[in-house]
Parts: sequence; C-alpha cells; structure tokens
Amino acid sequence: MTPQEISMTSIPHTHLIPSSAPSRGKVGMACLIFAECWFFAGFIVAYLFYIGKSSSGPLPREVIDIKPVLVNSAALIASSFTVIAALRGLARSNMGSFRFWMLLTIVLGGYFIYGTAMEWKGFIVDHHLTISTNLFGTTYYSLVGFHAFHVIVGLCLLTAILVLSLMGHIHVVRDHLRVELVSWYWHFVDAVWIVVFTTVYIVGMRP
Amino acid sequence: MTTAPIHPTSETSIGFGSRVHSWVISVDHKKLGMMYIGVGLLFFVIGGLEATLMRLQLLKPLNDVLTPHGFNQMFTMHGTTMVFLVGMPVLLGFGNYLIPLMIGARDMAFPRLNAFGLWLFIFGGLLLYYSFIGGDGLYGMGGAPDVGWFAYSPLTSKAFSVGHATDYWILGIMVSGFGSMTTAINFMATIVCMRCPGMTFMRMPLFVWLMFTVGILVLLALPVLTGAQVMLLFDRFLGAHFFDPQQQGSVIFWQHLFWFFGHPEVYILILPAFGMICEIIPVFSRKVIFGYPLMVAATLSIAFISLGVWVHHMFSVGLPPWLNSIFAASTFLIAVPTGMKMFNWIGTMWGGNIRFTVSMMFATGFLVMFLFGGLTGIMLAVVPFDWQLSDSYFVVGHFHYVLFGGTMLAVFSAVFYWFPKATGRLLSEPMGKWTFWMFMIGLTLTFFPMHLSGVLGMPRRVYTYQPGRGFELWNLISSSGVPFQIVGVLLLVTNIIKSLINGRVAGPDPWDAWTLEWATSSPPPSENFPKIPTCTSPRPLWDRKHPEDPDCFYE
Repeated sequence: MTPQEISMTSIPHTHLIPSSAPSRGKVGMACLIFAECWFFAGFIVAYLFYIGKSSSGPLPREVIDIKPVLVNSAALIASSFTVIAALRGLARSNMGSFRFWMLLTIVLGGYFIYGTAMEWKGFIVDHHLTISTNLFGTTYYSLVGFHAFHVIVGLCLLTAILVLSLMGHIHVVRDHLRVELVSWYWHFVDAVWIVVFTTVYIVGMRP
Repeated sequence: MTTAPIHPTSETSIGFGSRVHSWVISVDHKKLGMMYIGVGLLFFVIGGLEATLMRLQLLKPLNDVLTPHGFNQMFTMHGTTMVFLVGMPVLLGFGNYLIPLMIGARDMAFPRLNAFGLWLFIFGGLLLYYSFIGGDGLYGMGGAPDVGWFAYSPLTSKAFSVGHATDYWILGIMVSGFGSMTTAINFMATIVCMRCPGMTFMRMPLFVWLMFTVGILVLLALPVLTGAQVMLLFDRFLGAHFFDPQQQGSVIFWQHLFWFFGHPEVYILILPAFGMICEIIPVFSRKVIFGYPLMVAATLSIAFISLGVWVHHMFSVGLPPWLNSIFAASTFLIAVPTGMKMFNWIGTMWGGNIRFTVSMMFATGFLVMFLFGGLTGIMLAVVPFDWQLSDSYFVVGHFHYVLFGGTMLAVFSAVFYWFPKATGRLLSEPMGKWTFWMFMIGLTLTFFPMHLSGVLGMPRRVYTYQPGRGFELWNLISSSGVPFQIVGVLLLVTNIIKSLINGRVAGPDPWDAWTLEWATSSPPPSENFPKIPTCTSPRPLWDRKHPEDPDCFYE
C-alpha cells in the first residue's frame, strides 16, 4: 500500500493496540503502598542510625521480652493467610466462608494490637520508658507506633467490609476487586512488620 | 476575528454565585487544573512581594526596611511559598489539565480524589499563611516561620523556635504534601490505565512521560519529608529526641532526610518544565522532537540519579571526603542526561521552520537561562568550589536561574501555548512580547549580579551588609531588576484578563499542533472528546491532518 492509497478514514488499524491495562484501583493502591514504603523507610533508617546511641537507659536488651513478640508476629503473619482464604471464599460466592475468614483475620489483627498494647504497658509502667526517655524510646515508639497505626487502619477497613457483608452489601462481581485491594494493604502492613521486627528485635538487640 | 462570547449561555444566564459553586464542587480535571494554576499564580504574586521586600532591604547597606527577624521570615516564606505553593501546584495543575486530554481520556482515574488533593493544597497554603496571625502562640513571639525553607535543626527545636511558627510551617507543608501525593497517585493510575486505544507508552507525548516520572518522584520523596516532619513534631510536642543533640540526637540527620526529599523535589520542579518545552519547541519549529526514545531514557535516568545526589547540598557540613566524592561524582553524572535533553531541543530547532511566537520566545529563553543555571550547578558540584561558595549569593543566583529562568519561563511559555485551549481565546502577542523582554531583562539584572556578590563573599540569608566591601553595586543592580519583573507580572495579568474578555477566538488548533488536546474544541467539552480518539503514532493529529503521509509509516 502506498501512502497515496491511505485515506482519512483508513489509517491502518494494525497500528492500534488493544488496551489491556490493569485496573486503576490496582495501580492506585500499588502507588499508595509504594509511597508508604518510603514513609516507613525514614523511620527505619532513624531506628538503625540511633541504635546504641542512647545516652541513658533503659536499653533494648534490658526491656524487650522476645517471646510475646514472637506470638504476636505469628498472629499477624497468619492473618495474611486468612485474608487470602477469605478472598477465595468470596470468589466462590461462599459468603459463610468469606465472613468466617474475615472474622478470623480481624481477631488475629486485633490480637496483634492487644499484644503491642501489653508490650507498651510493660515498657511505660514497669521500665519507665517513654518517647522522651532516650533515643531508643524516641525511635522505638515512633516506628512501632506508626506500624500499629497502620494495622488499626487496616482493621477498620476489614471490619467495615465484614459489617457490610453481614448487612448483605458485598457483591462478588462488583466488590471482589475492592476487597482484594484492602487485602493488598493488609499484606503490606504484614510485610512492613517483618522489616520492623528485623530492625527492632534482631538488629537492635545486638550489643 | 469575532469578539463574540464563546459560550453565550454560560456567560450570561447563570449567576455569579452558582458559577463559583460549580467550580467549588467540580471534579472535572480541567477545572481543577485551572484552579491549581490560578491559586498557584496567586501565591506567586504573594511570594514575589516577599522577595520585593527583601530586595528593598538589600538595596543599600545598613538599610532598615525590614527588621532582622522580619527578613528571616520573608526569606523563609518566600522559599516555602515558591517551592510548595507555586512550583508544585502550577506544574501539577498543568499535568491535571493536560494529561487526560493528551492521552485521549475523559477524566483522571480518580476524579474525586483529584478534587480532594486540590482542596488539601489550598488548605495547606492557608494554614502556612495563617502563621502571620496565629504563629505567636502563647509566648507573644514569632509570627511567620523564620527557620529557612529547609528548616535546619536545631533552629526548629522548642528552645530556639518559641511559639507556633515552625508548627505552621510543618503542618501547612504536610497537608499540601498529602494533596500532592494524591495527585501523583492519580497521575500514575491515569497514565497507566486510561490511555486511548493505540496510545502505547512510546507514543505518549513527552509531557505525559515527564509527568509520569514526576509522579514516581513525588511518591518517593514527599513521604520522606512527611516522615521527617512527623519526627520534628514529636520532638516539639512529645519531647522526643530525633534532632536533639543534648540527648545524642543528630542535627545532620535532619539534613539527610530533608535533602533526600529536597533533591528529587528539585527535579519535581524542573521535569514538568522539560515536558512543556518538549511539546512547544517541536510545534513552533515544525519538526518532530529529535530523539524521542533518548528523551524518555534521559528522563528516567535523571529521576534515578536524582535519588543519589542529595549530599551535594551538605558538602560544607564536614562529612568524610570519600562520601563527598561519591556525591560529587553522581552530581556530575546527572548533567549527562540533562545535557542530552539540551542537545535534543537544539537538534529539534536546528533546520526547523521556527515561528517566534511569544510561547516559543519563552521556550528559547528557557534554553538559555536553564543552561546558565545548569552550568553553575556543575560548578557547585566541585567540592572545594562549593566549600568556598556554599551559602553565598552565588548559590542564590544559581538556583534562581534554574527555578525562575528554568521552571517559571517554561510555565509562562506553557501559559501562552495552552491558554487558547483552556479558554478559547488567544493571549495578545504584542503584549506578550513586552512581558517576555521585561522578564528577561529583570531576571538577568536581578540574578546575574548575585553570582558576583557571592564570589565576593556576600552570605545569603543575612539581612544587611556593611558598606565598603564591594557589595553595594551588585546589590543595587539586583534590586533594580525587580521593577522590570513587576511590570512583567502586571502585563501578564492584564493580558490574561483582557484576552479572557475580548481576545481573538482561537479555534480548536491555533498552532497547527499534533497532540490530541488540539483535536477537540477550545475550551474542550466537559467529556473532553465527543468520541474517544484513537492513536496511531506519536503525532495522532498529524496523522489525521495528513492521511496521505501519516507518522505511523515511519515508526
């Protein structure tokens, strides 16, 4: 075909590529998670930078009891799997299964928050460690606190979904993607905990 | 040309109140974009007035227009305003307006989030400026923040910053920063998901590519600033010790966090300007952009390298020599992709049939001024040179050439180029040419002598200077450039108002351009395109106008 044969209406359609873009919700949530990663990066760097620089006690090794933290972490990591099970239930339109696994996810996440609260109570009441005591307190409460804040936001979202589903407002076709996006956020909160755990309870414990 | 109103119904039959209401509740990317640009230009005038006061103070030695404290407040508010309330919103506003039109979409991916972002930005700006009234706090001290736009600690600690001035600085920027982040998320989702059929990534207009890269940088840099500001708030309100040297906290740590944000921020402010130039120079040179793939590659490398250059703001801190050397090297490296862009623009103009409209004049002015600012930037990357001139007026001259001579000239070029699309009216060309020369003369008079006074040893951020040190002449010349710039701004504002009322009617495509925003009417209907366009090459409108010789044959 010579250029002269091409008319206004017949620009060859082989040059058109069918649109197979991902959903905008997925891109939006991925971008939010990307931004959140950099937010946490600042606090993680702050924690690492200030390890061992506190001018007074209490120091991490004097106050941290690793055993309850391990139970806590196990609960949070398990909740990542239960939310996957909930999504599977939703995809099969099995609302009973969906609600059961959602409830279990919320309970596990709630237990994590309870565990964090107990750890903080021990620090504050027994060891008199607050955010203004020393650099350990400053960086510890900021990092762990912001993570806990994100868990609470995730719990609010999950609870909202569970309540909506109990009221019969969750529809498989319309809402599967929305629930999946909340599960992405939940996985992100979980993944951040693994990094926070490594920073605070492994790297930070070294003498 | 006719001077009849373009939309007789919307101009006459709707009352003023309901027209304002329709803008306030709007989620249309075009209205939001114009509001971003409009509010940004309003803050530009406010920031400019603050600069005018500083130049009046520095007109002669031992002047007393401003108190030392007032001078500190002026340079803090001027810098903060120009970066966060002028540069970012104006550029994000252009992105908002143009991205959906350029990629053939009906709106942004998340229109309501888009409106939320705009109002967060406006609220953040008002919060920052409320400090003039509310910053005194309980102590009767303060007022507007006076800690510099990068707010180095320990100046920001409770001991040295009494009252709430610094808190307004933190919160105002944090809130408008949240707005910018929502906009960045919107840009990314829009560009990835909303392109019209046939609009592959390598057929996108370069402006869209540049805004895509800016989206990545915003999402990456602003959260770090927000994190640092949260730490500062904890220090100030909860007694934490992030930046408290008395408890082994590090003041340098704030500098690292701030500049890890701050240097990508510089590219957030200049990359959209590059994008505008990439659209404007080809159209007025009647040539395809030279080296499209190389431009994309250069953009992405600039974004990548910009993550690893921040210590060049901190050479005089006294960090280890090996660290300074690494960051000096990466700073030299970033000049390479930037230079590629420079040569590609010149390559586009070379042999072209150049039409020197006002828009093209500003674009050419951009090339000259930005080149100058870029070259002094490379000079400052040399560590010993920086040790000599850090925190002198040389640095002030350098970054004003980049941000005013670079970003703002590109914005003026873009205003003249896209104003007819947004309003249906052309801006006056003769008045525009006066604007251009006023700015070129004003810019050169104000900012060139700063290099000289800087080399002679004049420190920045000091409210006055002693006579007899050789600073008088250069400061006098610097201040004498201000009236030219004021005339330039007044001419531009007059031009905009006059052209809105009775400018020449533009028609859909006044510049004979090639990208999709010119394929719809001016101003575009609220759904942008009556029918979603298709795209067959990087110049879809050329293909439509020249079906006998479409671009897609040469891809």
